[in-house]
Amino acid sequence: MTSALHVSARPGFALAGAILLLVLPLGLLAVDQPFYIVLASRILVFALIASSLNLLIGYGGMISFGHAAFVGIGAYTVAGLMQAGIVSAWLAWPIAMLAGAVLALGIGWISLRTSGVYFIMITLAFAQMAYYAIISLKLLGGDDGLSLGGRSALLPGIDLKADLSFYYVALACFAASLAFLHRLINAELGRALQGVRDNETRMEALGFPTYRIKLAAFIIAGALAGLGGALLANLTGLVSPSLLHWTQSGALMIMVILGGAGRLLGGAIGAAVLLIIEEVLRDYTIHWQLGVGVVLLAIVLFAPSGLAGGLAGLRQRRQA
Amino acid sequence: MSAPSLAISGLSKRFGGVVAVDAVELQLQSGELHALIGPNGAGKTTLVQLLSGAERVDAGSIHLDGRDITHVAMHQRAGLGLGRSYQISSVFAAFSVLDNLALAAQARARRRWGCWAPVAADAVLFAAARGTLDAIGLSARAETPAGALAHGERRQLELGLALASGASMLLLDEPMAGMAAAEAERMLALIASLRGKFTILLVEHDMDAVFRLADRITVLVYGRVIATGGAEDIRRHPDVRRAYLGEDQP
Repeated sequence: MTSALHVSARPGFALAGAILLLVLPLGLLAVDQPFYIVLASRILVFALIASSLNLLIGYGGMISFGHAAFVGIGAYTVAGLMQAGIVSAWLAWPIAMLAGAVLALGIGWISLRTSGVYFIMITLAFAQMAYYAIISLKLLGGDDGLSLGGRSALLPGIDLKADLSFYYVALACFAASLAFLHRLINAELGRALQGVRDNETRMEALGFPTYRIKLAAFIIAGALAGLGGALLANLTGLVSPSLLHWTQSGALMIMVILGGAGRLLGGAIGAAVLLIIEEVLRDYTIHWQLGVGVVLLAIVLFAPSGLAGGLAGLRQRRQA
Repeated sequence: MSAPSLAISGLSKRFGGVVAVDAVELQLQSGELHALIGPNGAGKTTLVQLLSGAERVDAGSIHLDGRDITHVAMHQRAGLGLGRSYQISSVFAAFSVLDNLALAAQARARRRWGCWAPVAADAVLFAAARGTLDAIGLSARAETPAGALAHGERRQLELGLALASGASMLLLDEPMAGMAAAEAERMLALIASLRGKFTILLVEHDMDAVFRLADRITVLVYGRVIATGGAEDIRRHPDVRRAYLGEDQP
């Protein structure tokens, strides 16, 4: 067994996944189910956001219950800039990431002085403050939110209103973010972060500035969530305060736990499973959340390290 | 880096009504192996906590190589060369032994912020980690998760972490705690091999080990220093016999 510290990607697996995701919308068009392209896009966006939260929960041991705030500020940044006439994605999306990073700096600066349950509560409190702040701002549409007049302009010929174009842009953003996270967790900062997760006191005794290491990860996760928010605004064409509601933060946490905290693909798998369950069960009953609860319970009981962890365990057992 | 000196003056720590460390004076010369002994509850571990920066000092001062570190943060003290081991092994259980040491070597090289280059491919860092691995005698266990080590091996890794982190002054909190005789002997040889290269404060229960190894010995009772001196002075010291060996009459 290789060390738990280094996360190696299996090239064959990654290639297969990439090809599958590249041809998926074409296949859906071939069987005349274009609606599912939108669902797949939504999954990709949430896979990106949940992966950023997984950096905090899975690799940093920071149970942040306020991740929706960073998504929300990213989405509102894009919507607000568009109202001000700035439609270029090359300008608006980096600003959305910056907004997420700055908000994460502010929230993390204070929250990371606490740990355990206090950290969970204080991140929740900050996110709820952001939620109520957005609701009370008439400039940003208050309760009703903002409707985007158009979509961010990326390149001539790419219209983000077209489902297919959006899908591939979302795929590119997700793939780039995942690749970055993969590099990050195997690099100096990522290894230090995992050390802090497992034994913060010892890391400090070894000479690591643990608070600043956690803050750096928090800011990076905030920036990626901001990018996810920018994509989400373009997907739905509407931003509303519900993006920042605590139930959104909760759903993101469920994705991470479901998929596997501390697994590279944990956030992505969790996002896909949760959104697909939601899509399927919603057709049968309005109590679909009950079904999600049952699945979550089963995961926690039978695969405590999430679906990704469970699958890895199965593979190892087969090899043994 | 040459071994630093350590000067402790009037150091005190109180927990509620209990004075755990009471106006302690202690001087460690560069390269000295200084043992700290005392009965249970004498405040030995609290003193290590104060020196490493894990606990806040109530009164007094700590100087490392003439530099006042009394209020310097724990990770910065480590950066100045102050390393410690824990009485209860505090290793990274999920990581392999080699990765444990590589993490500590990362601290020594002050490499914390890289976001792109994989550490696993860093030959220099891993050469340093392997060096420590050989020094602590765990070469055969490089790929074993630290959590799967035997107690004695974990104690060796515990010391190895402090060594790999680039410390020049070591605070060793009962490195032989709970070890079988053969293991303790190996640890003793390991500590003996560090003599002169590091300044060492050795907290230890095993009197034989202390008398064999230490240049000087300090005896702590109820948070107070009651004697400091060479092995013979300490052995003969009446207060020490009374307090530490539990004898009313010498």
